[in-house]
Amino acid sequence: MPGLGTTFGRGGATTFPQDLVNSDCILIMGSNMAEAHPVAFANVVKAKERGAKVIHIDPHFSRTSALANLYVPIRAGSDIVFLGAIIRYLLEQKAFFQEYVLHYTNIATLIREDFRDAEDLDGVFSGYDPETGTYDPTSWDYERDADGRPLSDPTLEHPRCVYQIMRRHYARYTPELVEQVCGVPRALWQQVVDTLIANSGRERTSAICYAVGWTQQSKGVQIIRTAAMLQLLLGNIGRPGGGVMALRGHASIQGSTDVPTLYDLLSGYMPQPAALLAPGPGTRRPRSEEVQAPVAGEEMRPVGPSQQTLAEYIAAVGQKTGWWANLPAYIRSLLKAWYGSYADEEEGERSYRFLPKIIGDHSHLATSYEMLDGKVRGYFLFGQNPAAGSTNARMQRKALAQLDWLVVRDLYEVESAAFWYRGPEGEVVEPRQIKTEVFLLPAAASTEKEGSFTNTQRLLQWRDKAVDPPGDARSDLWFVYHLGKRLKALYADSPHERDLPIKALTWDYERETPEPGSRILDEPDALLVLKEINGYYARTPDGKEHSLREAPHVPDFTVLKADGSTACGSWIYSGVYPEPGRNRAASRDPSGYTFPNWGFAWPANRRILYNRASADPQGRPWSERKKYIWWDEERRQWTGYDVPDFPLRKPPDYTPPPGATGIDAHSGSDPFIMKPDGKGWLFAPTGLKDGPLPTHYEAAEAPITNPLYHRQSNPAARYYRDRPDNRLAAVGDERYPIVATTYRLTEHHLSGPMTRWLPWLNALQPALFVEISPELAAERQIRHGDQVIISTPRGEIQARALVTRRLRPLRLNGRIVHQIGLPFHWGFQGKATGSITNDLTHMVLEPNVSIEEAKAFLCDVRPARGRS
Amino acid sequence: MSSRKREEAEEATAALPLLVKTLQEVADEALEIGSKRQPFSAESRQKRPRIRDAHVVHSVCPYCAVGCGLNVYVKDGQVLDIEGNPDSPINHGTLCPKGAATFQYTVNPSRLTRVLYRAPYSDHWEEKSLDWAMEQIALRVKQTRDATFVERLPDGREVNHTLAIASLGGATLDVEENYLMKKLFTGALGIVSIENQARI
Repeated sequence: MPGLGTTFGRGGATTFPQDLVNSDCILIMGSNMAEAHPVAFANVVKAKERGAKVIHIDPHFSRTSALANLYVPIRAGSDIVFLGAIIRYLLEQKAFFQEYVLHYTNIATLIREDFRDAEDLDGVFSGYDPETGTYDPTSWDYERDADGRPLSDPTLEHPRCVYQIMRRHYARYTPELVEQVCGVPRALWQQVVDTLIANSGRERTSAICYAVGWTQQSKGVQIIRTAAMLQLLLGNIGRPGGGVMALRGHASIQGSTDVPTLYDLLSGYMPQPAALLAPGPGTRRPRSEEVQAPVAGEEMRPVGPSQQTLAEYIAAVGQKTGWWANLPAYIRSLLKAWYGSYADEEEGERSYRFLPKIIGDHSHLATSYEMLDGKVRGYFLFGQNPAAGSTNARMQRKALAQLDWLVVRDLYEVESAAFWYRGPEGEVVEPRQIKTEVFLLPAAASTEKEGSFTNTQRLLQWRDKAVDPPGDARSDLWFVYHLGKRLKALYADSPHERDLPIKALTWDYERETPEPGSRILDEPDALLVLKEINGYYARTPDGKEHSLREAPHVPDFTVLKADGSTACGSWIYSGVYPEPGRNRAASRDPSGYTFPNWGFAWPANRRILYNRASADPQGRPWSERKKYIWWDEERRQWTGYDVPDFPLRKPPDYTPPPGATGIDAHSGSDPFIMKPDGKGWLFAPTGLKDGPLPTHYEAAEAPITNPLYHRQSNPAARYYRDRPDNRLAAVGDERYPIVATTYRLTEHHLSGPMTRWLPWLNALQPALFVEISPELAAERQIRHGDQVIISTPRGEIQARALVTRRLRPLRLNGRIVHQIGLPFHWGFQGKATGSITNDLTHMVLEPNVSIEEAKAFLCDVRPARGRS
Repeated sequence: MSSRKREEAEEATAALPLLVKTLQEVADEALEIGSKRQPFSAESRQKRPRIRDAHVVHSVCPYCAVGCGLNVYVKDGQVLDIEGNPDSPINHGTLCPKGAATFQYTVNPSRLTRVLYRAPYSDHWEEKSLDWAMEQIALRVKQTRDATFVERLPDGREVNHTLAIASLGGATLDVEENYLMKKLFTGALGIVSIENQARI
């Protein structure tokens, strides 16, 4: 997650939900925590009982709002104005935590002279190319001395220091603008500001919790960035009761990002090697047609630094200073884990060439248009259901019908497996015209296999296997392993160089003995896979190769080497399985405040990240009340209630010698060890595709024009405007005047593949509804309980009207704007069926992570008279 | 309760059966009215929780990312019930409605247990063997990869990939499963569009 990663260094929640009980204030925004993460919300309730103030800011009044001390209704899509105005207040009133901010963030660092702010260029930062809709971030970089070290002005007076740049950038984010754009009265906004300030500082800490209410916006990463910056200014990162708590939606969504099934990442947040392409000069190619494959006859040019060799890759994506200076050890160890002895040849260069290079955006949603165009022939679905669960779901179903073959692995016959003979009410599906060959394979449930999930607090927890899966159902581990074995056999005699990676791949996870009591005799050994992820010594001291099975485990990532002697599948998970018989993901001692022996939190079992910042620059706790990690002068090391997120023996007064590299280049008071300068980044000189500072753009579909700039919406987002199935409503389009937002219910999960076959849950939430304010209902002559039609330029769906004051009209600039809210759990399969809310949503992709905007779009509502 | 605390509690109650028996006898006598014993029949008195002899397997909730601990009660190879794990510092035995329904998610007559196959342009499913399906899928992967593999771009840069096969899903799967997917699909086959729910 680049919002957190760019600001702090790692793409994960900085804290854990159980620590929220130590918060003095909890701000929940972009999340309905009480209903979507109820068990984690119990900690918020406990904190409140202990005196903490709970604030909920959301377009939709929910049980989270009901339990908050303060509920603030807001227009969907206006978050950056609300938070940006708090930043302005802190800067103007010097109400930020000055000692923390001055030492631990880049507030004093100078930015290059050629940088231009969005305020100077009417909504774009310097480096913007309007032809491609992309940024060249060169001018956002630090001003540096001849040795490349950033310059700074601790007095904060230099006009090009981050403090002054931010002051100018946020000058227009006034309480008046909040009223105008967010629809929040200034007194209510001021109450939030005062509460946050009163509950931050040496003695007190505030936490911010968010979920997909932020991520599913065309500027989602920048919203998260705003919250992260706010927490830096308030001095709430790395401290108990503080932090940014990312509430993730799936059991192992954090795990599938850390050990990624993502196109642009290798394990442990190393980038997938790239050979990017862009249209040649003078070729006008809309941003919506991001390059995926070279188009015949079109002039293309290579972009970005060359990553054709391992040395070039390390130069392009590595860092000389900070923890990432260890990248060579991590990538070599990954190559060793994947390709065994091939990884030793030419110092790793040969096996590096095995890794495929990306040439553009190959993300899920971008790929679905490639699929619609017939460029994708084969598709695997592992427990994901794009036919109902992905945005613009009607287009997704059409795309599936263009495939040659599709493999679906699930517990139930989900929409994505049945799209060739069935669709939502009113959609005609003709099997005889659909060529796609479909293999539907039954999958094992989580109780029918062993393995680990990584939860929202970066915690790996091992599950033991309870029973065999039924019939021919198998674990996905079994499926991938045996598919791999069959492919290795099919390619065994290939003479082609391009097939060598298949032959070279290390692929032996057989169990030594079949699992006792199981009728499945060929289930692979998940623990052996975990060992590879943890890492092992691949060579004996005298140079003999170890196999995975017999090799000694590495204790943690600090011993990984760039010489092929160690193998490691994901360096950030190293330490989870440090020796035979000790799988720390399966450790189950719940004692202690941070319960360090319950599961294993990456990295190195740290529970609160950047916890060096819980002490002052001299290494003393900021206050007794908020004591967490501190410098023990007697033992000359860091100590406390958690694993220090800092070199254990680096004293607080350490000053790096000239020319120092790696982690030694950071001083003893630089808590953000992943960043090249050791600082939290208020200003992001690199790492983001849509600007170094968050700035307000309207959603791709919005009821008002952007009062700040002529740029209406994120200039770096991808709009797919030329796609006939992705039409967007323009500002002021009278056909679509209402703002819609979506959310989940406690009783269903996402598009429903894990809940709509369960009578217990269907009895609790049987059907789709839409929440409508009494005012809007009166305007449209809709009664509570009526069937209504919700329409967008993409399509129409039907739902039952729930007329409620939970959604209320907002007054913006003297004008009334209505908002409605919809859950999105239904489809045409399962035991409880209903319209697919994702048939309404569009495909406009956030530039950093290619996520859609389902939390703020335009629609209309009318009674479905004459329909059942 | 931690497992250590629980052991202590069990030790403390080890002496109880004797006492209970005595109390039971006292109660029986006190409740004897005429020839009938009230209010419990002998059958009722012999009733036990059905999970009494079940063995407990530690698991984690498969729904959201909070990571609540589950106790799965297994007897004779069958899952009898699934409850929140009281030892877990994350949920202390509590569960939300979804987590509490995990039993029905896993033990459900609507679950698929056989491979279903739909041929191109066909209007029906056919049941197939797992072995047949695995072989066919491997062949499709090889055929598509071989037909679409790109070693170099027109500008000469090496890419060694295929864009014609894609994979979606992983956030509901295990870390170990995600690892093997990326290793096989990207590391061996050169498939780049490997994606999951983190993207939506």
